[in-house]
Amino acid sequence: MNALLQPARLRAALPVISLLIVVLPIFYLQPQTLSYFGINMLMNLAVPIVLATMSQMCVITVSDLDLSIGSFVGFVACVGASLLQQNTVFGIAVLVGCVLVYGVVGMLIEWRNLPSIVVTLGMSFVWLGLALLLMPAPGGSTPEWLQHLVQWHMPLIPFPIVAAVVIAVATHFFLMRSAWGTLLRGAGGNGRALARAGWSLLWARGLMYALAGVFGVLSGLTLVGFTTSADANIALRYTMISIAAVILGGGEFVGGRVSPCGAVIGALTLTLAASFLSFLDISPTWQIGAQGAILIAVLSLRAVIGRTRA
Amino acid sequence: MSSFTAARTVLRKPWLWSYAGALVVWLVTLGGVRGQGAGGIIAAALTFSVFLVLVGFGQMLVITSGPGNIDLSVPSTITFAGVVAMQLMGGQNDMIVPGALAAVAVGAAVGSLNYGLIRLLRIPPIIATMSSSFLVQSMAISYGRGERAIPPSDLVAFANGRVLGVPYTAIAAVALAIALGYVTTRSVYGRSLSALGQNAGAARLAGIRVERTRYFTYALCAVLAALTGYLLAAFSGGATLDMGDDYMLSSIAVTVIGGTAVAGGRASVPGIWGAALFLFLMVTMLNALGVGAGLRLVITGVLIIGIIIFASNRKI
Repeated sequence: MNALLQPARLRAALPVISLLIVVLPIFYLQPQTLSYFGINMLMNLAVPIVLATMSQMCVITVSDLDLSIGSFVGFVACVGASLLQQNTVFGIAVLVGCVLVYGVVGMLIEWRNLPSIVVTLGMSFVWLGLALLLMPAPGGSTPEWLQHLVQWHMPLIPFPIVAAVVIAVATHFFLMRSAWGTLLRGAGGNGRALARAGWSLLWARGLMYALAGVFGVLSGLTLVGFTTSADANIALRYTMISIAAVILGGGEFVGGRVSPCGAVIGALTLTLAASFLSFLDISPTWQIGAQGAILIAVLSLRAVIGRTRA
Repeated sequence: MSSFTAARTVLRKPWLWSYAGALVVWLVTLGGVRGQGAGGIIAAALTFSVFLVLVGFGQMLVITSGPGNIDLSVPSTITFAGVVAMQLMGGQNDMIVPGALAAVAVGAAVGSLNYGLIRLLRIPPIIATMSSSFLVQSMAISYGRGERAIPPSDLVAFANGRVLGVPYTAIAAVALAIALGYVTTRSVYGRSLSALGQNAGAARLAGIRVERTRYFTYALCAVLAALTGYLLAAFSGGATLDMGDDYMLSSIAVTVIGGTAVAGGRASVPGIWGAALFLFLMVTMLNALGVGAGLRLVITGVLIIGIIIFASNRKI
């Protein structure tokens, strides 16, 4: 019992507790949601947000911040609903190119020692502009295969749950358990030490950004698979939500301290908070406010726990 | 001092480039429209830049207070203050001053909330200001629903008024810039802010009231954003719920383009005006040249990245 109350464990349990606080009342108030289709409905749009959060986490791992993820996901969604539909090979080539651009941006930040916030701020204008060039008005249509893939009705267990678990576990093993992951986290924790040990920070940051690009592409494709049409502004709020989710899940801005499982849970909590409010008959105007309140509450608890340890 | 060294010291000012850029862009625009409406373009630039300048001043102060300091609650503060002030005034001219005071109060409250979160929860400013912006945005939405209040006629006249072609608001903003230039370079607060931004630990050991300076900075930033919301709502005939949206990214952009050190410790007040004029004139130029919204955004983004790379080259 005492072991359970240790600050470190309490801290790790916080994201889980906050998710339960949001989810259990939903199931209690509306038992129909606790079914295959109910969970599918609740969690459909959580998958792209979870993926965007993973992307943000990759960047936060190297002590940077990505202000462009929202407009990037929007751009990918526009590519998915236009180029990918018209010419599959060309569409895929463009998406691969996007990942490379992300990697290059990371290397540029490392090479010139630039502030990531400003560079990604610039990139957010670039992605939004490209998305508008591609799709001046909302519309387009998603390729059938992508819709089928994303809206796949898996037997027994709802697909979004499986997707969230797979994303969390895979990222956890890569980033927290593998030798590569340890090195990449080290780039955020103590870059100089890593460089002294003979590793290239340039490639480490480039790789992490490229990985962020991969997650961003996946996020955009799943999003457009659900919505079946796209709009340049479709995902702008993902920037804020993804940062909030990473922090909610126990990540920190500096020092390469992140938690993939926590971040996934954080993203789910923030997405389900909206449904939670609507089941409580609270006006949707407070949805954004509730996300802020959850964030403040969790961070306050974390501050209290941190103080008891000291 | 010889004229040569004098010229060199001027050339080394980081804000000079934003004015040079603005001038070049203006001349290209004039070439595009064959010299028609040269003065009109400048008057429009002054009118529209004022809002960005006010918000930019606040963001500049926050960014100057050290690495990691940034205020993401600017857009929601603009919106909330605009909504609150417009509802309170209800179109009556004798409520103009109470409306302005209400906007300032909103700003002070948001600034205090931001600082309180940063201090009490010991969380990075980005997260603190983001959380509070979520709350404030919800308040603005729930408060601003229903019928849209029309701004008082005298206030509309002020927000749109001009003397000799120069908008009143621009004159006020220039006066504010001069005052702020004095404050940031000569006053105790300004010196403390620079010291805090360069090295918070050293500033604390030197006996500077670090926390008071930081609080004042966040409060001032939010108050400036709130006043922007007040003026912007008056200028555009009422408050809308998305009127602050553009200002989060662009307030950071003018700070960077204007030559304020992103790592903190060095503010550039004139650069904010230069950068705001530059951004507006660039949009005008691209419009005049027939460039669409998409390409305009791409160019803005590339420009911001180019400027930050350029600025990193000039390490003194």
